[in-house]
Amino acid sequence: MTKQEWPLYEVFIRSRSGLSHRHAGSVHAADDEMALNNARDTYTRRSEGVSIWVVRSDRIVASDPAETSAFFDPAEDKIYRHPTFYEIPDEVENL
Amino acid sequence: MYTQGLDQAGKGDPGARGEETAAQLDAFQARIDAEEKIEAKDWMPEAYRRTLIRQISQHAHSEIIGMQPEGNWLTRAPTLKRKAILLAKVQDEAGHGLYLYSAAETLGVSRDQMVGDLLSGKAKYSSIFNYPTLTWADIGAIGWLVDGAAIMNQIPLCRCSYGPYSRAMIRVCKEESFHQRQGYELMLTLCRGTDEQKAMAQDALNRFWWPALMMFGPNDATSSHSAQSMAWKIKRFSNDELRQKFIDVTVPQAEFLGLTVPDDNLKLNEDTGHYEHSDIDWQEFFDVISGNGPCNKQRLAKRCKAQDDGAWVREAARAYADKKAAAEVAA
Repeated sequence: MTKQEWPLYEVFIRSRSGLSHRHAGSVHAADDEMALNNARDTYTRRSEGVSIWVVRSDRIVASDPAETSAFFDPAEDKIYRHPTFYEIPDEVENL
Repeated sequence: MYTQGLDQAGKGDPGARGEETAAQLDAFQARIDAEEKIEAKDWMPEAYRRTLIRQISQHAHSEIIGMQPEGNWLTRAPTLKRKAILLAKVQDEAGHGLYLYSAAETLGVSRDQMVGDLLSGKAKYSSIFNYPTLTWADIGAIGWLVDGAAIMNQIPLCRCSYGPYSRAMIRVCKEESFHQRQGYELMLTLCRGTDEQKAMAQDALNRFWWPALMMFGPNDATSSHSAQSMAWKIKRFSNDELRQKFIDVTVPQAEFLGLTVPDDNLKLNEDTGHYEHSDIDWQEFFDVISGNGPCNKQRLAKRCKAQDDGAWVREAARAYADKKAAAEVAA
C-alpha cells in the first residue's frame, strides 16, 4: 500500500465576477479534477465563489522572504513614479 | 500551502535551535510587537513554529473528532429540516478541520504526520468530544454551549500573529455563528415543548455545562503554555478571562430558556458585573485529556476504522491519477 500522501494544491477563488481570484487555502487531491471538486466542497459551501483556480503547490514559484528588501529595493528610490513627486501651482486645475 | 521543502525543520533539531541568535529573536519579537503578521516562509523561532504546529493540529483534530458526537444523531434527527441542518453542521466541522490542517501544513508538518499522530493517540484534541451524546437535546446543548465556547476562544485567534492561522480562523468564525444559533433554537424549541422535552433540555445542560467550561483549559495559574503564547500574540486572552466572558454571556441565555445552570454557587457579583461560580473539577478534566474520558477509546477507534476503510479509495484514486498522467505523457 502507498504511504505517500496526495499532492497539495493551492486554491484561488473569484468571489464574484469583476473581482480577481484570491488565495483561499489548500487541499490535497490525487489529480487536478479532484482538486477542483475538493476545493469547491471545502471553500465554497456558502456560495463564496463563481470561479476556482487550483494549482499544484510545488509548481508555484515564490520570492524569498529572506531576500525581500533586496528583491524589492529597486522600486524604493524611484519616488518620481508617484504623482505627488511633482509640484504644481494650486491655481492650475484638473491636474 | 508551500509545505514542500520545509520538512527538514523537525522538532528537536539541534541545528535549527543553535542557529537562532539573540538578534534574530529580538527582530522577530519586534515584528510581533508591531502587530505584523508572520507568514509561512518568514524566519521564525523553532519554538514558535512548534507551538503553532501543536496548537493548530490539535485544533484540526478537535474539528475532525468533533464530527462524531453529532454525526451520531444524523440518522435519528426528528425532522427532515433538523437532519439537513445537522448534516450541514457536521460537514462544516470537516471543513474547519481541513482549513486548519492546511494552515498547519504551511509550518512544514505533513498531513500524513498529523493524521498519524492523531490515530496513534500521540496528539491531543479537545476534551469535550469525549462525552457521549445521549439524547437529541445534546445536539442543541453542543451547538449552544460547545460552539459558543469555541467562538469565545476563536474570535481572538482571528488576530493571531501567524497569518495562515488567523485567516483560517476568520473563515471558521464566519461559519460558527450558524452552529451556535441552530443549537440555541433547538433548545428553545424543546423548552417551549412538553414537560418531557424541557426536562430533556435541562438534562443536556446539566451534563454539558461543566465540560463546556473545561474547554477553556486549565486555570491561568497552572496553564503551562500561556505566557509565551501571549508574548507571541498567538493568544490574546487568558483561559480564565475567556471562561468568565463565556459564563457572563451564557447564564442569561439559560435563564431565557427557563433552564437552571447546574451550579449552586453561581451568582452575579453586582460590583464586578461578573458571575461567580464553583470550582471546576480539574481531576475530571485531566482524566479526560489523558485518555480516560467516557468516549476516548470509542472516538479514536472510529477514526482509525474510517482511515482504514478509506485506504483502498485513496489508493485507487492515486493509481487512476498515475495511469491518466502516464497516458497524457504517451499521447
